[in-house]
Amino acid sequence: MSEALLRIRNLRKQYGGKTVLESIDLDVAEHQVVCLIGGSGSGKSTLLRCVDLLDTVDDGTIHLGETELTDPRLNADAARRRIGVVFQSYNLFPHMSVLENVTLAPRKAHGIPRREAEQHALELLERLGLAEKARDYPDRLSGGQQQRVAIARALATKPELLLFDEITAALDPELVGEVLDVVTDLKQRGLTILMATHEMGFARHAADQVCFLEGGVIRERGTAEQVLSEPRHPSTQRFLARVLEHK
Amino acid sequence: MSEFTAAVPTPADTSGTAGYTPSAVQLERERYRAARRRRERLTAGVCALVLLVVVVVAVVSSPGWAEVHAKFLNGTEFRRYFGQILHGFWLNVQMFLVSEVLILALGLLVALVRVTRSPGLAPIRWAATAYVDVFRGVPTLLLIFLIGFGLPALQLQGTPSSPVVLGCIALVLSYGAYVGEVFRAGLNSVHPAQRNAAKALGLSEHQTLRHVILPQAVRNVVPPLLNDFIALQKDTALVATLGPLEALRVAQIGSYADFNYTPYLAAAALFIAVTVPITRYADWLQRKAIERQWAEAR
Ligand SMILES: Nc1ncnc2c1ncn2[C@@H]1O[C@H](COP(=O)(O)OP(=O)(O)OP(=O)(O)O)[C@@H](O)[C@H]1O
Ligand SMILES: [Mg+2]
Repeated sequence: MSEALLRIRNLRKQYGGKTVLESIDLDVAEHQVVCLIGGSGSGKSTLLRCVDLLDTVDDGTIHLGETELTDPRLNADAARRRIGVVFQSYNLFPHMSVLENVTLAPRKAHGIPRREAEQHALELLERLGLAEKARDYPDRLSGGQQQRVAIARALATKPELLLFDEITAALDPELVGEVLDVVTDLKQRGLTILMATHEMGFARHAADQVCFLEGGVIRERGTAEQVLSEPRHPSTQRFLARVLEHK
Repeated sequence: MSEFTAAVPTPADTSGTAGYTPSAVQLERERYRAARRRRERLTAGVCALVLLVVVVVAVVSSPGWAEVHAKFLNGTEFRRYFGQILHGFWLNVQMFLVSEVLILALGLLVALVRVTRSPGLAPIRWAATAYVDVFRGVPTLLLIFLIGFGLPALQLQGTPSSPVVLGCIALVLSYGAYVGEVFRAGLNSVHPAQRNAAKALGLSEHQTLRHVILPQAVRNVVPPLLNDFIALQKDTALVATLGPLEALRVAQIGSYADFNYTPYLAAAALFIAVTVPITRYADWLQRKAIERQWAEAR
């Protein structure tokens, strides 16, 4: 049996004595999309930050392929180059054009020549429907366009794993679709994605696995169908009832 | 930094960590980090020591060292004048403290005047702009001459004649223009969305400034202000040109009397003794500010 690409075992994270994540076990197999759902403060962002080494864990291990990400001897920069991240706030660099934003990491962190990096970036932008925005600056783009640029930027280094943290939360409802379509397309192309989301409809049709977090523990997990349609844990049922009430 | 926050729960800590024992993996990790920390400290210590030894040996073995030692590091001279210089330095500290309070008040006033938009205040705004332009453009020493010698020469009724007071007036006018610009930059650095958010809550222009913009602006400018404090503390020595017996003037008198530069070095040491703690404090504040930005960026 082949091992999952991302393997999280017994992960623990605390902030100043307050336990934020506890006993987290999670596998993300290659080409899978795994959605993290759960209320505000349940620890979704913290989990993603631990995987991207933006935070140190307080116990447990995270493996990406053969590499143990939680090893303090690890070269964190080298490991992060294998992971692409998109945040809720786009965090585009305002002093660079769209193309420069997308080619920065390939050129500087991966040493890819400018011409090659730009060609790849233009292909990506084309695919995300942003071809004619390549020379524009971020402040000239809509929220949905900015978030798609952020996705293109994360994809530009051909990462093995993508982490998305509520990438549609800051968007107008009519822009949410355009970004989620991009994610669906990425899934079809076989990328591996771990994402926190509040979009239950999206999770239902795109996720291979859904994990429900509450108070820093995974209360329930399974296929999207199982967790979202027939939740067994009472807290999952309560959470879904609350979320769907407002839809 | 978070790299080094160990996960060992303290005994006082009861919230959610009860009954938790770190795994073998985690314990090994912490041991490794502790070892690495020790190694890094050792490297830093050894490097510093080696550098220090090299510098000291190079200086002491240089041909002019005997002369330098006698002229600059003369123990007898040091003991003879240090008390007087210290006494004079107290005057520098007093000038600094009084000027600083007035400078902060003047600077804040100038900045507030310059950022208000109301048309009725336009003349005051222009006056504030002119003040900043002029007093920031004139060298501080020149200003001290102008005010220290020029003002008494007018022989107007009620003008102060004490060189210390005149010197402080010059310092306040010169630094007030600088600090005003620092405050103004701070006010402008607050994101416009904050102003809108406050207005949307129904706060008046004045209330917005007072309760929302100003507190954030002040928080942002504390490090650069401390930088100006340090410069001011040193520049109190410029008042020596008007003659009061502050540290530099006392050192100068001693130096002329004995043809020895040790008194100057003693005065320099006193200035350093005051500015270094302020600098460390400014560094610490900047680090806090960076951490805060990190927390906001999550
Ligand atoms: N730097 C920090 N210091 C202290 N506590 C923190 C810190 N960052 C996060 N937390 C706490 O950790 C918990 C989990 O936060 P996290 O951001 O992971 O939640 P989340 O599931 O992403 O929530 P949301 O859906 O609102 O984004 C919260 O209780 C939060 O208060
Ligand atoms: Mg979050």
